[in-house]
Amino acid sequence: MSIEQPFETIPVEALRARAQALRDEGWRLVQIGATRLPDQLELTYSFDRENRLANLRLALPGDEPKVPSISSIFWCAFVYENELHDLFNLHVSDLAVDYRGHFYQTAVKFPFGSTKPPAAKPATPQPAAAKA
Amino acid sequence: MARTVIPFGPQHPVLPEPIHLDLVVEDERVIEARPSIGFIHRGLEKLVEKKDFVEFTYLAERICGICSFIHGQTYCQGVEGIMKIAVPPRALYLRTIWGELSRLHSHLLWLGLMADAVGFENLFMHSWRVREKVLNIIEATTGGRVIFGSCKVGGVRRDIGPEAAEGMLADLEIIERDIRDITGIFLNDRSVKDRLCGVGVLSRKDAYDLGCVGPTLRASGVAQDMRQLGYAAFKDLPVQPVTRTEGDSFARCAVRCEELFQSIDLIRQALAKIPAGDIAVKVTGNPNGEHVERTEQPRGEVFYQIKANGTKHLQRFRVRTPTFANLPALVKVLQGCELADVPVLVLTIDPCISCTER
Repeated sequence: MSIEQPFETIPVEALRARAQALRDEGWRLVQIGATRLPDQLELTYSFDRENRLANLRLALPGDEPKVPSISSIFWCAFVYENELHDLFNLHVSDLAVDYRGHFYQTAVKFPFGSTKPPAAKPATPQPAAAKA
Repeated sequence: MARTVIPFGPQHPVLPEPIHLDLVVEDERVIEARPSIGFIHRGLEKLVEKKDFVEFTYLAERICGICSFIHGQTYCQGVEGIMKIAVPPRALYLRTIWGELSRLHSHLLWLGLMADAVGFENLFMHSWRVREKVLNIIEATTGGRVIFGSCKVGGVRRDIGPEAAEGMLADLEIIERDIRDITGIFLNDRSVKDRLCGVGVLSRKDAYDLGCVGPTLRASGVAQDMRQLGYAAFKDLPVQPVTRTEGDSFARCAVRCEELFQSIDLIRQALAKIPAGDIAVKVTGNPNGEHVERTEQPRGEVFYQIKANGTKHLQRFRVRTPTFANLPALVKVLQGCELADVPVLVLTIDPCISCTER
């Protein structure tokens, strides 16, 4: 069994209009997710209607990506958008509920937000050689 | 009336999971609730970049300690979808049986926690006593009680022989009788009804618009269950979603009670129809492509997005768990509730925060 996998690529400027159109057609929000690619941040907005799935795909430039919130259209989007901010350092404007970076209480800020390789671990201190 | 902010959790005697809520209250009434999470964020999605895609099945199973098997199953289905692997029919049936056993023990765990939250300690102990019998079946057929480790890309690792199947059917008779006893109390006892009826009402429209899933959605009258998509053996075992229309905490409890019997029935059907044959196929090569997978966990729909680039390490592994989808509904039902009802309302969505934070 395989479910349909439709992905519609749209520019960021068309996001709110497309989300509103889906809402008017009776779709509801399933999730918003991101994938960090080498030079961009790829966003996927998934919607459901009667067990069918529709996905909107956005490609944002890697440095300081920005996107408008759809939480005025789908109120529940605020949890996903706050998550994307806290994990990926995605700037979302006009959030219905803005946690200002305090939704995820992670020890590391923006754990999925870096495009650089992680810093090397400090060398483990070796025990001093026993004196004869 | 002056407003007070009460910090609630992440460590609190009535909370089963570490979620934090800032409750804005006027006297004993909650005006607003602001949840925050992240206390047990493990970065499991990120680990996919370091672990082999075959080995990662074990990590996917460890996202949650309750619906562990279905996490592993969903991950395998996603990778199999990318690699176009035809899983043997017997393996699909075995996955279905173990998935429904997971639903049984998860719902019994929830019923116990709910009994504890309403102060009915005997009912809590009986619920978990019955759950123990389900765990014994899982242990006998997989070797594990919480983490099964029996699902792999291309099929399953273990089979259920005729003797084990007969033993399971005999055990299910006893479990069904016990469940009938305890659900009778949940659905008819006055002290339980007093705490659940009319508490945290979520209308059909709100449940749909807020993106609710699972029993939280179905208790508000929306007949949606991902098993209707026909994954695993559900194409041969049709599922009619269990629904209620009241939308309150009692309805959510009643849906879970009825789903227990539905799961037992599905296991019986699966054992009766399970075909003979192989339980796995050999997997060669690396996945290359993208796949979205949706399955029905005990708490509701889980959404997986898997992206691969032809190497043994996946590019992206995205999980949207049912609890995450139900958080906006929790914010909604907490508005205007009595402070004393907060533990019941948090429990009513069956929160799994370690699942949610991955």
